[in-house]
Amino acid sequence: MAMTRQKTRYLLLGPAGLWYAALLVLPLAVVLVYSFGERAAAGGYAPAFTLAQYANLGSRWAAFKNTFMLAPAGTLAALLIAYPLAYFLAVRVTARWRTVLLVLVIVPFWTSILIRSYAWIFLLGGRGIPQLLADLGLGDLRLINTPFAVLLGIVYGYLPLMVFPIYVSLEKLDKRLLEAASDLGAPPWRRFMQITLPLSLPGIATGSMLVLILLMGEYLIPQMLGGGKVFFVGNALVDLFLQSRNWAFGSAMAVTLVATMLVVVTLYMRFLRRIGAARDDVGLM
Amino acid sequence: MQDDKAPITRQKFIEELLRYKKGSVSRRHFLGVTGLGTAMAVMGVPLLRPSRAFAQGIGDQVVLATWPNYHDPANFDTFAAETGAAVQVNVFGSNEEMLAKLQAGGSGWDVFVPTNYTITTYVEADLIEPLDLSKLPNYDATTFEARFAEAGSVRGKLYAVPKNWGTTGMAWDSTKAKAPFTSWKDFFDITKTDFSGRTMVHDYQLTTIGSALKYFGHSFNSVDPAELADAEKLLIEVKPHLFAITSDYQPAMRNGDAWLTMCWTGEGKQMNRDIPEIHFALGKDGGEIWSDYYAIPKNAPNREAAYALINYLITPEVNAREAMAHGFPVADSRVNALLPPEVLSDPILYPAADLLNAQEFGAAVTLTDPNRAEVMARFKSA
Repeated sequence: MAMTRQKTRYLLLGPAGLWYAALLVLPLAVVLVYSFGERAAAGGYAPAFTLAQYANLGSRWAAFKNTFMLAPAGTLAALLIAYPLAYFLAVRVTARWRTVLLVLVIVPFWTSILIRSYAWIFLLGGRGIPQLLADLGLGDLRLINTPFAVLLGIVYGYLPLMVFPIYVSLEKLDKRLLEAASDLGAPPWRRFMQITLPLSLPGIATGSMLVLILLMGEYLIPQMLGGGKVFFVGNALVDLFLQSRNWAFGSAMAVTLVATMLVVVTLYMRFLRRIGAARDDVGLM
Repeated sequence: MQDDKAPITRQKFIEELLRYKKGSVSRRHFLGVTGLGTAMAVMGVPLLRPSRAFAQGIGDQVVLATWPNYHDPANFDTFAAETGAAVQVNVFGSNEEMLAKLQAGGSGWDVFVPTNYTITTYVEADLIEPLDLSKLPNYDATTFEARFAEAGSVRGKLYAVPKNWGTTGMAWDSTKAKAPFTSWKDFFDITKTDFSGRTMVHDYQLTTIGSALKYFGHSFNSVDPAELADAEKLLIEVKPHLFAITSDYQPAMRNGDAWLTMCWTGEGKQMNRDIPEIHFALGKDGGEIWSDYYAIPKNAPNREAAYALINYLITPEVNAREAMAHGFPVADSRVNALLPPEVLSDPILYPAADLLNAQEFGAAVTLTDPNRAEVMARFKSA
């Protein structure tokens, strides 16, 4: 009996395992193997076993720097904007309006990010917001093709992904806890800091991870709003594969990016777990 | 061709009708040869509109990989209406990118537009195959100017037919410039000073590195490491002063965000036509002269449609309409005969001989040289 049950278990795990192997492990393995290779004479990949590609990563430092600075900055900015919005939606708005407002948050997702980024090109371009500011006598501002434009674009593009997880965690919040705190004389800021914020941490964690991971691989927005000047690792990768045709170096960069992300995500999860544990201790006292 | 006015025999008419139905001749040819075109024009009756699938049998789509602002969309509409095959256009910014897509396999293209210096590489990498001239009745090798057509043949086999030729110069907003631009030295010097934040360079190693090489008087095609190091140093020095690195530079020039850009002939013409303040010139210190071609990649999914599209686009009347729309010069004398004289005497399109002689055709080695690729990549991620 025990044997067959175990067999069934493996059998049931089969499809998921195959899926995992074919769509995640296999492509990553190919990239890993390529990363130890060389650029073929006319471009592409030539088999080799060398660490030369990894040794050369320093020449792409600017791309890593931009990614590792702008992606967390974008995530933080999105969080700071999304939290009040989610709070408002989950706590302050009547049920009837809530649906309407939630739909409004989703609506931008119905349009391709490409088209919405194009709109920003016009808004940030010389005839858009800078013209308006100049007419108001606020000086000659250059917005398009700057790191600011890229940051604005990524916050704008990924905001809904941050709003929803936080919204969900706030919506589930047990209102009786707040009432109890209030009865015991806790002022609003204290209720927020000790009840609302800790209980919405899972939403914050999910949202931040979702946004951060996607941002680290971002390509389109830096390309469009950065004018090819504000380079992310994603842009460097596209360049290495499509222009330089240096697949080996591109693979080494991709492996480095994936590895860095794994480390960051693991550390972040561990950090959150520690906060969670600490909070439980406080709760027990 | 036949004398259109001579009456056609019954047997000949049936032969032509069958050829037309098989798709081996165009509707225009059929109507002309049989005299029906004249008859229809007189009577005003739209006779003989063929059922699409039956007449051509080339499928319902054809994928074209080409450059920005390089076609008249109306011609694609006409092609689709006549053959039933809709043209799907993919736009690229550099030959490197096209090569990479083909090298990776499964590009899905039926026709693409490589530049002269890339074709030997495509042949050696076994990515394109010789053209079947029987499927391109509108191609006439004798009508093309040799220097713009010769790169299409490799070891005596025709792999690509010429599309347009042109130069890579610079376009600028004359209301912002104190003096006209005459050299690549001017281009980079002013970018570091008066035009800081207003200049664009191509997202394309050939022209961007090539022009930077010209700043120092090196060859446009140099792969010498020391000379490339000069170019890289200059490019990284001007990078903070650039408005953008892009091959799609018209929007920013037209709306005034950028004042100066590296620019291909026809696009310079397009901007100058619409906004006369935008001027175009070649560097007297040299730069690029080029010729683009139509070619069919191996494993093109819609091969018949690919031939039909190329054959259609090189039809002199269609090609002339293309040239009027995009403004790039054509090397085909049959097309030039159809163009208005003011186009043929336009100094943007047909620069003075001494300026033209200072320009270089790209060399095959610049496409495949790993150092040039690396210089460009380092410049962009600097």
